[in-house]
Amino acid sequence: MDQPVRTHGVLGQFDSPAALLAAARGIRDAGYKAFDCHSPFAIHGMDEAMGMRRSGLGWVVGAAAIAGVGGGFGLQWWASTIAYPFVISGKPLNSFQAYVPITFGVGVLVSAIVTVMAMFHFNRLPRLHHPVFYSDTFKQASNDSFFISIEAEDQKFNEQTAMDLLRSLGAKHVEVIRG
Amino acid sequence: MILGQPTFASVTERISRICEMKTPTAWYVALGVSLSMLGVFAGVIGYLVWEGIGIWGNNVPNGWGWDIVNFVWWVGIGHAGTLISAILFLLRQRWRTSINRFAEAMTLFAVMCALTFPGVHVGRVWVAYYMFPVPNQMGVWPNWRSPLLWDIFAVGTYFTVSLLFWYVGLVPDLATLRDRAKSKLRRIVFGALSLGWRGGNRQWRHYELAYLILAGLSTPLVLSVHSVVSTDFCVSILPGWHTTIFPPYFVAGAIYSGFAMVVTLAIIARALFKLQDFITMRHLELMAKVMLVTGMMVGYAYMIEFFISWYSGNLYERFTFINRATGQYAWAYWTMITCNVAVPQIFWFKRLRSSLPILFVASILINVGMWFERFVIVATSLAQDYLPSSWDYYRPTLFDVGMFVGSFGLFFTMFLLFIRFLPFIAMAEVKGVLPQATVPHDAHSGSTGGGH
Repeated sequence: MDQPVRTHGVLGQFDSPAALLAAARGIRDAGYKAFDCHSPFAIHGMDEAMGMRRSGLGWVVGAAAIAGVGGGFGLQWWASTIAYPFVISGKPLNSFQAYVPITFGVGVLVSAIVTVMAMFHFNRLPRLHHPVFYSDTFKQASNDSFFISIEAEDQKFNEQTAMDLLRSLGAKHVEVIRG
Repeated sequence: MILGQPTFASVTERISRICEMKTPTAWYVALGVSLSMLGVFAGVIGYLVWEGIGIWGNNVPNGWGWDIVNFVWWVGIGHAGTLISAILFLLRQRWRTSINRFAEAMTLFAVMCALTFPGVHVGRVWVAYYMFPVPNQMGVWPNWRSPLLWDIFAVGTYFTVSLLFWYVGLVPDLATLRDRAKSKLRRIVFGALSLGWRGGNRQWRHYELAYLILAGLSTPLVLSVHSVVSTDFCVSILPGWHTTIFPPYFVAGAIYSGFAMVVTLAIIARALFKLQDFITMRHLELMAKVMLVTGMMVGYAYMIEFFISWYSGNLYERFTFINRATGQYAWAYWTMITCNVAVPQIFWFKRLRSSLPILFVASILINVGMWFERFVIVATSLAQDYLPSSWDYYRPTLFDVGMFVGSFGLFFTMFLLFIRFLPFIAMAEVKGVLPQATVPHDAHSGSTGGGH
């Protein structure tokens, strides 16, 4: 049985990074929350234009780095003093100076893995299916075109007003995402 | 930075086409050669596992031979990729954008080649996991004070972080390939690999910060990995190894040889795929300058080693260094000096460093020299150490040569697969540095948004 066709939102296509940036401000000022600006590369200043704060990724990675450094050192300390105390060339069991390279290595390793996992988690990826992919023109978003999508979930959403707004902000092509 | 005033669309088209067009015959020929060499690699490793490491030329006192030479050489080559992708990123050297992707790939493949050598040198490869700190039935843990264990962590971390960095950088470009895909197979493969990337700023903002953090994490790795590799030598007490200059000296040498390899590969790739607009003469010239600087650091280290061996008043140190230049391995020493110290001096001249044939030959000679540097360090110190009664000449066997040649098979096979199936220039990043990608500042602050 086919699912009934739903309206997921509207999509407006823009020509240049500058046009997208200006339009993003317009959408933000009109009070929309559930919208996104798609571009083939990151555009400087877009966070501010969309009214978003800096990503919180740094805090997560900071915590991971502390855990990694602590865990790396802890493993070496525990293994050489408790699990397997073994005197080698007369060195103290807890010869912490020699633990530095591995402590550092584990710290970097854990931080890097957490960076990537947290980034994908914040981005809600992998997600192979998304309404914007119903649009055929959206394929250009990874090539040379710039899009704003306004989602139907937004409290202010009204198909006609949203399309008019996009047009008034300079969108050269506007379509409704249905699927 | 990028010549020919490309548009966003033409960047996509030029780079994506390389992995979408019909496979050129030359690629099949190259892959055939690489696979044959890879076959040699597999064959020698198979025989080594069967027979033991006695098939190599290692003897007493030369417990290390080409295996460690090749390991250090390959790891060193990887360093340029990380320097380009991480340090040059933090320093906002925007010219890096068209060479970082394949330099990172080079790093990965070089580290894979490198890891094979210590991996099989353990002899009983089926218990190679003893190297890792895993709880085992004997209740034994590795010796945390051993540089060899540091090495496992350093190189293992290096490989993992480089792989993550490379993959994160690839995601937007994989999405481009997904959106251009004509066949169902390509749609599925690139669809899955790009994880559903939509290029929305809600993704870019986390992505950009993640990229910055990864660059920040990789930056100390460039310096630390080869420093740790050098501790394999300098923590021991052999004359010629036991010096504090090793970590910085190894790092400079690693970056030096890595850039030479990037230049070698870049010259081939740009000619093969006609990418002169993307990998410009300016890129090659800048890399030549990096080689000139790092080459002179290496030359300086050679000099200081000699000075310290005299200044320390240590008889064994002095003997080892005089022996390096005049003894049984003098031929290797002078090959090293010629390739590493003399050859890069041609980069002082703009005419020479902007000549492709000269640059190409020089880049290969530098890597020859850097291989000999590690050979000289390993062979001269081991073959003639404290006790003359235990001295012995080291010479490689056919199997040593086979493994070294074979490791090129692994490297080039991986590299050829990479340039055939994945975009080897970072499209999203190149687009981001085109002039039309920059939003003029007055449009920036906007009417309501205020500053940032």
